[in-house]
Amino acid sequence: MNRAEILVIDDELPIRKLLEITLQSNDYSVRQAATAKEGILQVANHPPDMVILDLGLPDEDGHSVLKKLREWYVKPIIILSVQSSEDDIVKALDNGANDYLVKPFRTGELLARIRSLLRSRNDSEETSAIITLSELQIDFSNRVVKRNNEVLKLTPTEYSLLILFVKNEGKVLTHHFILREIWGPGYMSESQYLRVFIAQLRKKIEKDPNRPELIQTESGVGYRFAFNE
Amino acid sequence: MDGILFTKISKSIQYLYSILIVGFVAIICHYALPFLDYRIVALILLLAVSIIAAMFDILPVLLAAALSALTWDYFFIPPYYRLQVASTEDAVLILMYFVIALLNGVLTYRIRKYEKALVLKEEKANTIKLYNTLLNSLSHELRTPIATILGASDNLLTQSTKLSDENKTELVSEISKASLRLNHQVENLLNMSRLESGIIKPHYDWCDINELIYTVVKQIEETKVEQKIAVKIDPQIPFFKLDKGMLEQILYNLINNACLYTPANSLIRIDADCKSESLQLIVEDNGFGFPQEEISAVFGKFYRLKNSKTGGTGLGLSIIKGYVEALSGKVFLQNVETHGARFTINIPAETSYLNNLKNE
Repeated sequence: MNRAEILVIDDELPIRKLLEITLQSNDYSVRQAATAKEGILQVANHPPDMVILDLGLPDEDGHSVLKKLREWYVKPIIILSVQSSEDDIVKALDNGANDYLVKPFRTGELLARIRSLLRSRNDSEETSAIITLSELQIDFSNRVVKRNNEVLKLTPTEYSLLILFVKNEGKVLTHHFILREIWGPGYMSESQYLRVFIAQLRKKIEKDPNRPELIQTESGVGYRFAFNE
Repeated sequence: MDGILFTKISKSIQYLYSILIVGFVAIICHYALPFLDYRIVALILLLAVSIIAAMFDILPVLLAAALSALTWDYFFIPPYYRLQVASTEDAVLILMYFVIALLNGVLTYRIRKYEKALVLKEEKANTIKLYNTLLNSLSHELRTPIATILGASDNLLTQSTKLSDENKTELVSEISKASLRLNHQVENLLNMSRLESGIIKPHYDWCDINELIYTVVKQIEETKVEQKIAVKIDPQIPFFKLDKGMLEQILYNLINNACLYTPANSLIRIDADCKSESLQLIVEDNGFGFPQEEISAVFGKFYRLKNSKTGGTGLGLSIIKGYVEALSGKVFLQNVETHGARFTINIPAETSYLNNLKNE
């Protein structure tokens, strides 16, 4: 596999330097842009495999850069920002960001997110009927989910929820997004349904539902489905 | 203290009240004249002026003094309804009355002014004291990790050939720990200033208490604390409509505080329950507890226990209180009879038992 190319758009030199060292030593190739203008130009001229975007750029608001990029750029975009308010995070995710990390961030965390986003892209290219995620085995054609070879009894809603997560593995799904996808636009404020079904699904698929590993909570934002290779 | 209160009344109304009070007292005295000596009337009027002096500004008081002197002269000193005075004795009396009434007014006013200045001075001294406490604890809390980071990175930059690999790793891990500590303090300060400024408005949504508590416990356990944390949640607990982020901050600070101030291997118990439409959270430890006489003060900003070890800004508990109150809840602290401290938090909230229904 070729080395994935990542474009870092951030006006802070120390952060770019840190990301360059971190990413290069993990076998990614890195390009940099210090302004929104330069960043958009680079993406247009030579689209990278992934963009890491800072929201606080000197020449343009990061949210609007994100919107512009999403008009044509379909590969993953990770937001890296000092803005930690839930509103900012939800806004960025709704505008098409695949993930959001708040500065200061741990490099291990960033690398895990990058890996999982790049992997889910590779996965989606091959459409297999059965996939295995650590202990879980999902047979899409027969709508059967097994855990350690034991068939799980999932209700239709639980199944849809699980499939939605699996298809978006590694990505943070906002409460609104999940409610709209599973229950429809009329239910977007009925967050208690979501809480109920998440709790039930966790009881069925997690080793310890109180310390979930597959369906992780992103406080005030949504949920992320992740599994450790 | 009434004086301070009444000075807020506008000047013109103060003049009006002064005239009315003097007039009112004069009318009553006028009807009581058959039973009273006119000299007693002077004392009664003087009393009225004293009361006015205790309440109003200097000019209305002087007006009252002058007016009462004239009133007394005109209505009460024979010959009545004239400003002339019959005897020398009365002339001396009216002069003395005038001087005493004026002195009375001026002196009372001065005392009040002085008192006000004293209160202001005291407030200022308290602010300075608070500011100093803040600076001391902040400079300690912020400079210690910065010193660690600078020192460790200096070593790594200049002595990298002399250092053993083991020492290098040690230095790097110190840098990492110090950064985390710095980050936590900055987070606390930001939270405090957001709370103070009133910017934080609760964002109400349904909260799964189970999920919330275990999320926080996981965060704490990831920092490798030396205490054990036991969680007990009523299995029938409903969803609460509350601000999840704020609840997490409250719980995080409570548990973190318990971890900071209890010895290794202490047990921290978290208990969540629904008590009459309120969320009740109890965080209890079996550490040293709090000195009884300081319990009421610990939620104050920058308050630190008299014998506490170094470190900590005294912000943790005041942040907890700030968040609990932002959610219209209450927080109590008591010592456990055996050993340790118990924090009880009650937050009223809408509940939903949807989670306990058998659906589909």
